[in-house]
Amino acid sequence: MSHTVQTAPAPTPSEPTNRVTLGWTNRVLARPEVGALVAAVIIFVFFLSAAPSFRSAESFFTVLYQSSTIGIVAVAVGLLMIGGEFDLSAGVIVYTGGLVNSMLCWYFGMNLWVGALVSLAFCLAIGFLNGYLVMRTGIPSFLITLGTFFVLQGANLGVTKLVTGSVSSPDISRIDGYDSLGAIFSSSFKIGPVTVWITVLWWLLFVALAAWVLTRTRTGNWIYAVGGAPDSARAVGVPVIKTKIGLFMTVSFLGWFVGMHTLYRFNTLQAGNGVGNEFLYIIAAVVGGTLLTGGFGNAVGVAIGAFIFGMTSLGIVYAGWDPNWFRAFLGVMLLLAVLVNLYVKRLSTARKVG
Amino acid sequence: MTVTDTLAQHADANLTKGEPLIETIGIGKSYGAIRALRGIDLRVNAGEVTCVLGDNGAGKSTLIKIMSGLHRHSEGTLKVDGREITLSSPREALDHGIATVYQDLAVVPLMEVWRNFFLGSELTGGRFPLAPLKTRQMKRIADEELRKMGIVVKNIDQPIGTLSGGQRQCVAIARAVYFGARVLILDEPTAALGVKQSGVVLKYVAAARDAGLGVVFITHNPHHAYLVGDHFVILKLGTTALDRNRADVTLDELTTQMAGGDELTELSHELGR
Repeated sequence: MSHTVQTAPAPTPSEPTNRVTLGWTNRVLARPEVGALVAAVIIFVFFLSAAPSFRSAESFFTVLYQSSTIGIVAVAVGLLMIGGEFDLSAGVIVYTGGLVNSMLCWYFGMNLWVGALVSLAFCLAIGFLNGYLVMRTGIPSFLITLGTFFVLQGANLGVTKLVTGSVSSPDISRIDGYDSLGAIFSSSFKIGPVTVWITVLWWLLFVALAAWVLTRTRTGNWIYAVGGAPDSARAVGVPVIKTKIGLFMTVSFLGWFVGMHTLYRFNTLQAGNGVGNEFLYIIAAVVGGTLLTGGFGNAVGVAIGAFIFGMTSLGIVYAGWDPNWFRAFLGVMLLLAVLVNLYVKRLSTARKVG
Repeated sequence: MTVTDTLAQHADANLTKGEPLIETIGIGKSYGAIRALRGIDLRVNAGEVTCVLGDNGAGKSTLIKIMSGLHRHSEGTLKVDGREITLSSPREALDHGIATVYQDLAVVPLMEVWRNFFLGSELTGGRFPLAPLKTRQMKRIADEELRKMGIVVKNIDQPIGTLSGGQRQCVAIARAVYFGARVLILDEPTAALGVKQSGVVLKYVAAARDAGLGVVFITHNPHHAYLVGDHFVILKLGTTALDRNRADVTLDELTTQMAGGDELTELSHELGR
């Protein structure tokens, strides 16, 4: 049987003035990168006053270069962390990428371009494997990528020693393609007295791209959703597995990119390097306001986090202090950032009135 | 504009009253060694409300998870629009016009209200990978649809985690109403709501039926079910305990069955009062 029910118009909102526009302080404070920006300004002013050689355009661009070498991978690590996962293999994959390219071409006499593409495919495959294993098994990404981290670290050293008999890769500067690849990954140009490394431009490009993707595209929506509440995301039709695997592959892609830079800048690589850098990427992301548990953060914040890293690592040298203090300083920054993040998260979920 | 209009606009125009939209034949689901559900025959017809009642753990949620694509069934057959299929993801169910309001609401607390509303079904300005979202349009639609339900959020940009439980429930319902073109599945939609808001939801259920949609209404409140239902199924321990059309069942029977039925009679004898 059927009976028609008249639905009365939904009760009109009793107070149309109920809607408020939030005060600008609230809106600004709830943005993830604000804490990092304030910290960056303080640190910048501090080194300006403490280190005389810090006060020049040259050293500013050296800081930017230093920041970009960490910042490029940190962008991807930030996206991955917003998506709720970790990648501890991000530090060594940089060197894996470089070593595969270098030794493949040296051993088989291939053009470096071919080697670079093979290396790219190899790195993407590792990223895919990380993501696939995490999604298939449900084991936390911390453990899966801890595994790949050790495998890559060992293989980097082991294979390099097998091929060359030492722990550094051979000189590849005479193989075809070295100059053209160098132009893309590790060239620099002068503006007056200032040397601008091309990685700085690449870094800005990747940050802009990531910022666009996160806030303005469907993929960005999905990244926040799979990090914030994966089960809910799946229930409303978000392809959770594809999104997360894509994020792992983004990390390995940008890892490969920096690996190319390192290889074509120095033409030889130390196979044991890269260990520990994964934590620098994570620190940059967290200092930049990325929530460790996922679902919150943004690309500009991560870039500021990397910039803080660049400033302090060089600022301590410019100021003439013992560089060993650098890590202690980073630790303090991380703790402060975590506290600020906690406060901001509370603020952004509790602001009910303007 | 009211929710009824939204329903009428978004309902598939080709729906004819009484045609079966979803059919399960002897459907069942096992989780490892545990059989949560077995031998369920259910028809969801266009323009009718099918009520699924049952106690906690009776298998209601498992049944709707099969119909909404969250779980694959492990026995029996599932037919959507007359064709036998296995739904492998909620995306696939949505593509068939099946929208679900989940008991846990399926929202992402830290994301804005409008992003939650459109999550998984975003409007974009093209199909290429970096295509921009139609942000302004999405905000406007989300705001309009919520207003139709009588909800005015202070700011459509605020994280959905800042809304009250009842408001979040309304967002989840508004979203399903907006995206569900053929079948609407509601899992305990009145559980978090007060008497008045429950009444509003029941009106929407009736309005969806009048718009020609097939509605699956899961509840453990027989009074709510009887107000809108055309067909009643009571589940008990993963099997069908009662399966009747409205004409063949009274509210008393439903209530008694829900309260425990024969077990209750037995119990009352034992207690001897």
